[in-house]
Amino acid sequence: MSIASKYKALSKYARTNIKTYGLVIIAFAIMFPLQSTGTINNSISGQLVPICTYIVLAISLNLTVGILGELSLGHAGFMSVGAFSGVIAAAAFRDSVASDPLRLLIVIIIGGIFAGIAGLLIGIPVLRLRGDYLAIVTLAFGEIIKNIINCLYVGIDSKGLHFSMKDTASLGMTNGKIVLNGPQGAVGITKIATFTAGFILILITLFIVLNMIYSKTGRAITAIRDNRIAAESVGISVTKYKLTAFITSAALAGMAGALYAMNFSTVAPKKFDFNTSILILVFVVLGGMGNIMGSIIATTVLYMLPELLREFADYRMLIYAIVLILVMLATNSTKAKLITESVKFKIKGVFVRKNKDDSDKGEVTDNG
Amino acid sequence: MDKMVPYPSGAIVPERDVEKTPILETHHLGIDFGGLTAVDEFSITVGRTEISGLIGPNGAGKTTVFNLLTNVYQPTRGTIMLDGKPTAGKTTAQVNRMGIARTFQNIRLFSNMSVLDNVKVGLHNSVKEGFFASVTHSLGYGKAEKKANERALRLLDFFSMADMANADAGSLPYGAQRRLEIVRALATNPGIILLDEPAAGMNPSETAELMENIRRIRDTFNIAVMLIEHDMSLVMNICEGICVLDHGKIIAKGTPDEIKSNPAVIEAYLGKKKEADGNAQG
Amino acid sequence: MTFISNLINGISLGSIYAIIALMLNFAHGDVIMIGAYVSYICTTSAGIPPILSVVIAMAVCTVLGILIEGLAYRPLRKATSLAVLITAIGVSYFLQNSALLIWGSNPKTFSSIVPFDSIALFEGKLIITAESIVTVAVCIVIMIGLTLFTKNGKMGKAMRAVSEDKDAAQLMGINTNSTISLTFAIGSALAAVAGVLLCSAYPVLIPTTGSMPGIKAFTAAVFGGIGSIPGAMLGGILLGIIEIFGKSYISTELSDAIVFAVLIIVLLVKPTGLLGKKINEKV
Repeated sequence: MSIASKYKALSKYARTNIKTYGLVIIAFAIMFPLQSTGTINNSISGQLVPICTYIVLAISLNLTVGILGELSLGHAGFMSVGAFSGVIAAAAFRDSVASDPLRLLIVIIIGGIFAGIAGLLIGIPVLRLRGDYLAIVTLAFGEIIKNIINCLYVGIDSKGLHFSMKDTASLGMTNGKIVLNGPQGAVGITKIATFTAGFILILITLFIVLNMIYSKTGRAITAIRDNRIAAESVGISVTKYKLTAFITSAALAGMAGALYAMNFSTVAPKKFDFNTSILILVFVVLGGMGNIMGSIIATTVLYMLPELLREFADYRMLIYAIVLILVMLATNSTKAKLITESVKFKIKGVFVRKNKDDSDKGEVTDNG
Repeated sequence: MDKMVPYPSGAIVPERDVEKTPILETHHLGIDFGGLTAVDEFSITVGRTEISGLIGPNGAGKTTVFNLLTNVYQPTRGTIMLDGKPTAGKTTAQVNRMGIARTFQNIRLFSNMSVLDNVKVGLHNSVKEGFFASVTHSLGYGKAEKKANERALRLLDFFSMADMANADAGSLPYGAQRRLEIVRALATNPGIILLDEPAAGMNPSETAELMENIRRIRDTFNIAVMLIEHDMSLVMNICEGICVLDHGKIIAKGTPDEIKSNPAVIEAYLGKKKEADGNAQG
Repeated sequence: MTFISNLINGISLGSIYAIIALMLNFAHGDVIMIGAYVSYICTTSAGIPPILSVVIAMAVCTVLGILIEGLAYRPLRKATSLAVLITAIGVSYFLQNSALLIWGSNPKTFSSIVPFDSIALFEGKLIITAESIVTVAVCIVIMIGLTLFTKNGKMGKAMRAVSEDKDAAQLMGINTNSTISLTFAIGSALAAVAGVLLCSAYPVLIPTTGSMPGIKAFTAAVFGGIGSIPGAMLGGILLGIIEIFGKSYISTELSDAIVFAVLIIVLLVKPTGLLGKKINEKV
C-alpha cells in the first residue's frame, strides 16, 4: 500500500490528529531555529509567545462554542484569572524554586487550577441559561472579573502574601514587594515564558481537547449540542457535561493566561476585557466551529494580520475590520453560499468524472 | 397473543406478566399549561413485556403523556411509578437510567454524528470510561471503546443497519433515521420503550417490517413497548392493551377487540376516522 | 438630598441606556458615538445651532443605519446569530477606526446642547441639571411615541410582526427587508439623540465613547426582557440607577461589577428578563 492510500485508510479521527499535530510540530520546527538564531526580526519573534497563548485560548474557547455549542463572551476573564494567579504564584515561588522552567510549570498549573475553579463557580449558574442570555451573562462575568482585579492589591514580604482591596498602604508591609498594584496590574514580573513552553502548552491543549472529542465525554458534549432533549432522553446529565466542557475550557484558558503574563514585565487587568474575549471568539468563528486546526490557522493569520499591515499604519485596524466583515459575508450570506456550492459542484463534477473513468478501467482489467 | 387478565388492582395485563410488578403505573396523572388542562386523570398500568398502544385524535394529549412519563414536563397532579419506584422530582436523564427510553415524533438524532456514535451515545451510562480516561485515552479507554463499538454494532445489526455505521446520521433516509432512533433508545437498556408515531411517513411494506421489529424488540430484549400511532391496522395488530385518549382524558381502555366495539371510541375517534376514510376513498 | 440627586442622575443615565436598548445590535453603541461627533463638528466647526446639529446628526445616523443594515446584515438574514454577532463586531471596529482616522484620538470636550441652567432646590442643597430633565423628558416622549407607533400604525404593526416571526410576516405579504431597514433607520436616528444626550451629561468624546454604553444598553435589554419596549425602558432605568448608586455608595471602581452582578442575579431568578415572556420548548 502506498503512503497516500494508507493515510486514506485511517479513520477520520486519526487523520485529523496527524494533520493537527503535524501542522503545529512543523511550524515549531521552522520557527524555532529562526527565532533562536535571530533570523526573524524582533517584532515577529516577540509575537511568538502571545501567538501560542492565543492559539491555546482559541482551541479552549472552541471547546465551549464549537463543541458544546454555547456562546461565551467572557473567555478573557478566565485568561485574566490564570494570568494574575500565575503572577502571584511566580512571586511566591521566586526564591524557593530556582529553576525557571520548573517555576513556569508551577505557575501555569496554578493559573489553570484557579481559572478552572472560576469556571466551576461561573458555570453552575450560567449554564442554566440559554442562547443570548447565556452569552450576556458570560460577558458580565468577564467584566466583573476585570473590575475586581482592578481593585486588587497584593504584596509579598518575608511573612508571605498580603492581600487588600483598598490600596498598597493597607497591605501592611514594611519592606515587601508589590506584586499586584490595582489598575496598574502586575508589576515587575520576571519574564520566564519561552517559545518552547508555548509550543508544549499547545501540544498539551491539543492532547486534551482532541482526545476528549473522540471519547465518551466528547460524545456526550456533542450530543448535548446537537440535540439537548434527545441527549437527556438517553440518560446524559446535561449539567455535568456542560460543566465538564466549561471547566476544561476555563482551565486551559487560565494556563494560557499564566504563560501570557510570564512573557511581559507588566500586565494590566484591563488587557483582559470584552475586546480580548471578542478577539478570541473571532479566531474561533473564522477558523470554523468545532474545527481545532482551523482555530490554530485562523489565530496565527489574524494575529499576524495587523503586524503585516503595519506599513498601512493608521489604516490597519480599519482594513482588519473590513476583512472581518467581508469574510463573514463571504462565508455566511445566502448568495455567497449559492456561489461556492455551484463552484464546488462544478469542481466535483470534473473530479468525479475522472475518477469514474479510472474505476471503469480498473474493473475492466480485473475482469480480464 | 396471551390472554389479558386483571391485576388485583383491576388493570388488565398479559397473563405472563401478572405475577410481576408492572413496569409502568400512573395514578391520576395530570398537567395544566397556564390554566389549561392538557392531560387529566391519566391512570394506566403496563405489564413488563406488554405491547400497548396510546391512541386518540390529534391534539388529544398523547405526546404530552410521553413527555410526562419521561419527566420532560413535571406533572401538576398524580404519580408515576417506574418499575415500582416513583419518578417524582427526577430529571429526564435520571428516569432514563431508571429504565424508560423513548423516540420522538419529529426525529431527534444527533445529526452531525455518525450512526455508530449515535448508538454509542445511547450506551453512555453502560460505558465504563471516566473523565481522565476520556482525556488521556488510557486508563481503560481502549477496552471501554472496544466494548462500546461491539455492542453498538450488534444493536445496529439487529435492525440490519451495521453497514451504515459510519454514515452521518443526518444523511440517512427517513425510515432508517426512525430505526436509528429506536436503536439508540434500546442502547440505554430500558425496561420500557416509548415510540412516538414510529410508522409516520412509512409505506405499507415498511410498516409491516416495523411491526415485525416491534415484536422482535419485545421478544429479544424482554421489555415493554408503548406506542403512539395513527395507523389503526398496526395498533390493532400488535397491541395487547390499548388506551384511548380524547381531550386529555382516557375515554376507553382494553384489548383491541374491546376498543373496536366501544361506542365511546367509535363516537370520538374511529367513527370520525371511518367517515374521513370513506370520504377520501369516495 | 444626595440620595435624590443620585436617583435623578441614575434615571437620567438609565433613560439614555433605554433609548439605546431599543435596538439589539452590537454595533449600536458606535452609531451613538458617530452621532455625537457629527453634532460636535456641526456646532464647533460650522457654527450650526445645537438643535439643528442634532437634526443633522439624526439624518447622518439614519443613513448610516440603513447602510449598515443593507450592506452587512441583510446578506446574513438566514445565517446563524453568531455570524451576525461577529459581523456586528466587524462593523463596530470599522466605525471606531473610521472615527479615529477622521477625528483623531484626542478627547473632544462636548459642550452641552441644553441651553437652560440647572435648577437649584431647597436653598441649593439639591441641584437638578437641565440635562437630566431634558434626557428624561426626551426618553419618555420617545417611548410613548414608539409604543403608539408599533401599536397602531401599519408600519409599526409590520415591525412587530417581523420581529416576532420573519418568515410568517413575509408570507402575510409584509416586505420584511424594507421593514427591517425602517427599524434600523428609526433606531439609528434615536441613537444620535442618545449620543448627544450622553455627551451633554458626560462631555468627553473619544472614538470608543459608545462601546461601554452600547454593552450596558445590550445588558439593559436583556435585563428588561428582549424585544419589549417597556422592558427596554425598565431595564435601562434600573441599570442607570444601580450604576449611579453603586458609584456613590459602594465603590467607583466596582460600579460596573455591581451592575453586572445584579443582571446575573435577575437572570438566574427570571431567565428571560424582568418583562420577558417564558418560552416553552416544544418537544
